[in-house]
Amino acid sequence: MKHKVSTTVNGTRREHEVESRLLLVHYLRDVVGLTGTHIGCDTSQCGACTILVDGKAVKSCTMFAVQAEGKNLTTIEGMAKDGELHPLQQAFWDEHGLQCGYCTPGFIMAAAYLLEQNPNPTEDEIRRGLEGNLCRCTGYVNIVKSVQAAAKTMGGARAKPTGHQAVTAGGE
Amino acid sequence: MAVTTMIGAKIHRREDPRLVSGEGRYVDDFTRPGTVFLSVVRSPFAHALVKSIDITQATKAPGVVAVYTYKDFAKVLSGTMPVTPSFVAEKKQIPPRFPIAEKEVVYQGEPVAVVLAETKYQASDASNLIDVEYEQLPAVMDLDKALEAKSPKVHSDGPDNLGWDLTYIPDDPAVMKEAEVVIKARILQQRLAPTSMETRGVLAEYSKPDGTMTVWMSSQSPHFVRLFLGGAMGIPENRLRVISPDVGGGFGAKISPYSEDWLVPAAAKLSGRPVKWIESRTESLLTTTHGRGQVFEVEAGAKKDGTLVFIKATQYLDIGAYMGTFAAFQACACLLAGGAYNWKHVAARTVGVLTNKVPTDPYRGAGRPEATHLCERAIDLLAGELKMDPAELRRKNFITTFPHTNHFGLVFDSGAYEKAMDMAMGIAGYEKLRKEQEEGRKKGKYLGIGMSSWIEICGFGPSAATAPATGGIALVESAQVRVFPTGSVAVYVGTHSHGQGHDTTFPQIVADTLGVPYDSIELRHGDTAEGPAFGYGTYGSRSLAVGGMAVHKASKKVVDKARKIAAHLFEAAEEDVAFDQGHFYVKGSPDKRKAFGEVAFASYGAGLPEGMEQGLEAVAYYDPSNFVWPFGTHIAVVEVDTQTGHVDLKRYIAVDDCGNIINPMIVDGQIHGGVAQGISQALYEEIIYDDESGQMRTGTFTDYLVPSANEFPVFELGRTITPSPTNELGVKGIGEAGTIASSIAIINAVCDALSPFGIKHVDMPASPDRIWKLIHDAQAGSNHGKEARK
Repeated sequence: MKHKVSTTVNGTRREHEVESRLLLVHYLRDVVGLTGTHIGCDTSQCGACTILVDGKAVKSCTMFAVQAEGKNLTTIEGMAKDGELHPLQQAFWDEHGLQCGYCTPGFIMAAAYLLEQNPNPTEDEIRRGLEGNLCRCTGYVNIVKSVQAAAKTMGGARAKPTGHQAVTAGGE
Repeated sequence: MAVTTMIGAKIHRREDPRLVSGEGRYVDDFTRPGTVFLSVVRSPFAHALVKSIDITQATKAPGVVAVYTYKDFAKVLSGTMPVTPSFVAEKKQIPPRFPIAEKEVVYQGEPVAVVLAETKYQASDASNLIDVEYEQLPAVMDLDKALEAKSPKVHSDGPDNLGWDLTYIPDDPAVMKEAEVVIKARILQQRLAPTSMETRGVLAEYSKPDGTMTVWMSSQSPHFVRLFLGGAMGIPENRLRVISPDVGGGFGAKISPYSEDWLVPAAAKLSGRPVKWIESRTESLLTTTHGRGQVFEVEAGAKKDGTLVFIKATQYLDIGAYMGTFAAFQACACLLAGGAYNWKHVAARTVGVLTNKVPTDPYRGAGRPEATHLCERAIDLLAGELKMDPAELRRKNFITTFPHTNHFGLVFDSGAYEKAMDMAMGIAGYEKLRKEQEEGRKKGKYLGIGMSSWIEICGFGPSAATAPATGGIALVESAQVRVFPTGSVAVYVGTHSHGQGHDTTFPQIVADTLGVPYDSIELRHGDTAEGPAFGYGTYGSRSLAVGGMAVHKASKKVVDKARKIAAHLFEAAEEDVAFDQGHFYVKGSPDKRKAFGEVAFASYGAGLPEGMEQGLEAVAYYDPSNFVWPFGTHIAVVEVDTQTGHVDLKRYIAVDDCGNIINPMIVDGQIHGGVAQGISQALYEEIIYDDESGQMRTGTFTDYLVPSANEFPVFELGRTITPSPTNELGVKGIGEAGTIASSIAIINAVCDALSPFGIKHVDMPASPDRIWKLIHDAQAGSNHGKEARK
């Protein structure tokens, strides 16, 4: 049985008929055609599929597409604005925060939410805040540096300090 | 001589803008019109006979296009999966491997049938409807038991479970007697899952009218796959195109061809539809080749003054149920068992053992982490017996003159081992750390300092040495440099980047050689339809030292032709024309010059030198004269919580020497990642099978512990530069260095921390339960423990 699902993805309204069991990550990749969100495991450990759902970081393999009804979704493709990379994207580039690049979209989305919650995180808070995402290439050294650099660029502009919070817990 | 401007520069990676924007293109991001999805039905048992396969229900399921089993694939695939000689020329047996099981399954996860359906969900649904009747057979899981005469056999029709048994150099009892202090160790190198974040995947499309096959796959070596796939399918290389697009990590596990690399194209041919298969993580842990899986028996001896006398290593290698394409590569651990030191004698033997597990094959370092681990552990154990500081024992015995020919005939091209160790000790503040350790112990704080002075053979490899190991093909590398009429440059290579940044570093080399702007150079790789006819791919830290040199060589050929054209334009003799920073001029008249671009344009025009053809491009194959030999010293500082057994990695110092550097930012990144993987082996990761049933107990990331950012400190890096005399660029390799060095730096540190308890050996991973038990047993069983507890 198919269900209608209406979402806003990166600012664009989307409407599709989908199977009830379709995972949100497959919806984004295979139905909407946004392949920047990746899949790295079957068990919600790796975080490669992290996106923002109504501003909150969610592993999109932990939600069904139909659960996204009426939600505002942001994927990696929605981060750059007017041809300018998001400060996190720029920082990952500047600080060599990626090698193969496969985990990178998930890290950037998780980090975006981390900085939203805690604009000036300590190194330890970044490491703990990103523990729901796995990278196999970088040893995390330059990922941490990238998030620190982005925090600096963003200058705490969105300061809304709520203290440390785990950011990559899956869908609710 | 061009002034170097780009080589050595920290150039930000040009591949990154697309990758940070979600515009990377990995294999699952490709699709073709009419694509069907393939799901593999796999054996749930480690060892069983396949009695029957009933596909009736599956074929009726919604969306199903076809179900294929052995008998279908036997119509379009022939031969067996390739096995190279690697470092063991003569095997006792090579079990023949067809990509899908016929009558017997020999490891959990072996393919039995495939389902093609319109959607991936439908393919997955239908694969559950295939009814396979199995008759279970005893699973051979333990190396020791597998070698016993009465052991069940991995293949029921096999002679026994011995894959190979080769003694490279036997014992020398006379030399062994000279040793005044002798140590023994049994070192377990647990099985590891290489675990690239992108799993494997294949998309294949067959055109029946023109007999061409196009395959997109996540591969480190597309040319190599094409060579063998073409053979298996009877498709000549010129009609078979393998495209490896962006690859989400490889770590050695995406070199060899896999069953699915044959089954997916074969299914495309059988069905007439494009077919896609993407490996799930559980499939990856079950069926992508594992790394390590070895046990070493080590014995070493020294004189009382610390002069090393002998080291002897016997490697028992868990091959798995079939031989991986490069299964015997890891035997190179034997050839490097002596490490960075002068020994009077080095003895080594490798024994390959078949088991009912997925095959092992190279994983980052492949044999060299194992060699470093056994040798560096032996050094620390000897230092303990001799009551010498481990650093001083190293210093006393380092090889200091180069080139150095080791006991196995390998020639170390260059090194400065003491310099790297001194730098690492300086960064660590070694003396101060030793004092802290001493003070700490009085207060029940157990600090451990572990050292690893590593060496590496890489840059595979010189044809004279490698052709026998590959079955005849020289492990050279190829490059084509093509200059277009308006001066832009395309470079095609046979290597393939899966995170190493070749898009950036190879153009850095070309920019300097041709003297043209970096931005005018584009690198193309990963598509067998482009560039030279053959390339071997990226692994074994070879891309720069072999592939980079091919690029350099092709660029120089281009300059040579351009110089002839310039001389013609200047009406001067070729030997009178100088080339400097992208400009040609007649020696003595540097003001009258022609830019490289002007000459490139002229090369496509009329009025070239007599007999010269138009165009400006060159192909080069580079065959290195020797391997290259990076080295360094790493130091780990840990604190062990004796109440919980938890190891806290407090600091990690890495000083590495990979010769001249093209891009320091990328070199540091490679070290970071490599170090993390070695630490992961030392402390966290382990593939575990149930000994009786042969079932994998670590089949998801819930059980197979890939560490997160939370498990690592910042690594402190240092660098010495000893240019390689082997190649003109003076470069070595750095992709595997961190992994080669780090597992034993951690284990030496943990053993050092636990030495007050009399503990001399810790198996990997050094997990809290394991450490706690060691401490508990030591305290219960010895006076040492009582003293330590005070």
